[in-house]
Amino acid sequence: MSSNLNGDLRRVRIEWVRQIAENAYVLEYQRFFDFEAGQIISIALSADESPRMYSIASGERDENIQVLFNVVNEGHLTPALSCLKAGDYLWTSAGFGKFTGTTGKAWWIAQGTGIAPFASMFRSGQREGKVLIHGGRYPDSFYYSDEFEPVLGENYIRCCSREIVSGTFHGRVTDYLNSIGPLSAEPLYYLCGSSEMVVETRDLLIKKGVPFTRIVGEIYF
Amino acid sequence: MDTKDKLFGKTPEEVAIICHSLDMPKYAAGQVTDWLYKKNILSIDGMTNLAAKYREALKEKYEIGLYPPSKVEESVDGTKKYLYQSGIKKFVESAYIPDGERATLCVSSQVGCKMGCLFCMTGKQGFQGNLTAGEIVNQIHSLPERDKLTSIVYMGMGEPFDNLENVLRSIEILTSAWGYGWSPRRITVSTIGIIPAMQAFLERSEANLAVSLHSPFEDERRMLMPVEQVYPLPEVLKTIKSWDFGRQRRISFEYILFKNLNDTPRHVKELARLLNGLKCRINLIRFHPIPDTPLEGSDDQAVQAFKDALNKKDILTTVRASRGEDIWAACGLLSTREMTRK
Repeated sequence: MSSNLNGDLRRVRIEWVRQIAENAYVLEYQRFFDFEAGQIISIALSADESPRMYSIASGERDENIQVLFNVVNEGHLTPALSCLKAGDYLWTSAGFGKFTGTTGKAWWIAQGTGIAPFASMFRSGQREGKVLIHGGRYPDSFYYSDEFEPVLGENYIRCCSREIVSGTFHGRVTDYLNSIGPLSAEPLYYLCGSSEMVVETRDLLIKKGVPFTRIVGEIYF
Repeated sequence: MDTKDKLFGKTPEEVAIICHSLDMPKYAAGQVTDWLYKKNILSIDGMTNLAAKYREALKEKYEIGLYPPSKVEESVDGTKKYLYQSGIKKFVESAYIPDGERATLCVSSQVGCKMGCLFCMTGKQGFQGNLTAGEIVNQIHSLPERDKLTSIVYMGMGEPFDNLENVLRSIEILTSAWGYGWSPRRITVSTIGIIPAMQAFLERSEANLAVSLHSPFEDERRMLMPVEQVYPLPEVLKTIKSWDFGRQRRISFEYILFKNLNDTPRHVKELARLLNGLKCRINLIRFHPIPDTPLEGSDDQAVQAFKDALNKKDILTTVRASRGEDIWAACGLLSTREMTRK
């Protein structure tokens, strides 16, 4: 892996920015690098400010780099990102990080925009033997469900914590995991979300018989 | 609810701006700074060389911002764990560790932590906020044994480099002539390896650096420390090796030994390979068990064998004495108990 750790930012042109839920946006810019599904990039509004890291949501062969983000009202970057338009510019690194996928069996467990690396893996063709559990507060929190649902079928479980919605589990991801039986030690268990979600879910998986060596977590730092 | 701004933690330049805004004479800024860091007062009324009208003006908008520990637990070995409350249901710990002529204070930099290391109790609390520089230095200033301290380590709750600006400012307060005048060589900051912040720390501070290593193998380390996904160990070491630490500044690596996981000859060999060419020290740490952990600490024999094997490879290796085991030694246990009790 190259030394693309917040360094080597490059100016890129925005293709589009879309709001997809009350507080969630997707933006795309033209790619200039190869990456592995699940990797992250650093993003900043200018070359001289501290970048923030986001997972790439695009597939490895997609034309553009897609980023899914929540607007943090008190934040510096995301309110500005949500206001960008086609033709505007931002600064970004190439992809880096080791939270990369597998062709083998895996459970993808995500919270909110933590779905992005799994969208990237899914769009890159890693579909066989995958179970996706996605936690969100409201029905519109299940980003990319139109892509996941037809392919993953029963292996795509949405956990909606704030509303009772047909076809979704009512509760958090951990409530869902608590509601099912012992878990196999065979798949790899990928977790992506806040530190609280990753730590709580990891503890729960271990209690349900999954060796910690089969669990990998990516935390929103 | 008190919304007054806190003076403790401000630099002389900031104090001067405050004094100027209150129409105080120029020399008052130096007096206020002295009262903050060189003397022991708990209220602005104690600044007795300031005219009463200036004290009143300060009190209208500011308070000192010092607060004593809310609880202390003392071990049979003399170690003391202090609990500081930094907000509603927010607690941080400091550990005072006397050892003969020396005494170390282990301070916290955040309430909780968002790094999610598998072996850490603080991570189970989640992240509740950054400590200000004043709150970090308060752990030292308000320590009853403050005058006995010989070293300070940022190894308590939180990841210091996830709160870089406040940590750097606290070091500035501790090391400046206008502050406590400590040598930066008596201060060590420990990180799990957040590379951009680590680079900034190396450039902007003279304090020692410690890095939590825990496994030389990437696949193994990422099970223990999610940060490995983002900042892999080889990149961390590349950054460190590119830095000139000079003759005085120290770099060390923390290594908790887990039974049948990271305590084998294979690990010794790989550590020696990775650290080749780096003048450093490895501190081996016995694992203090935490609730529901799948990890088990290596036994004393394995710890000693690991240490001897590393020393034979010419890597200076020491075993950190386990202290305060009867008072919730693992960092985060005491504050978690307090947080869930209230």
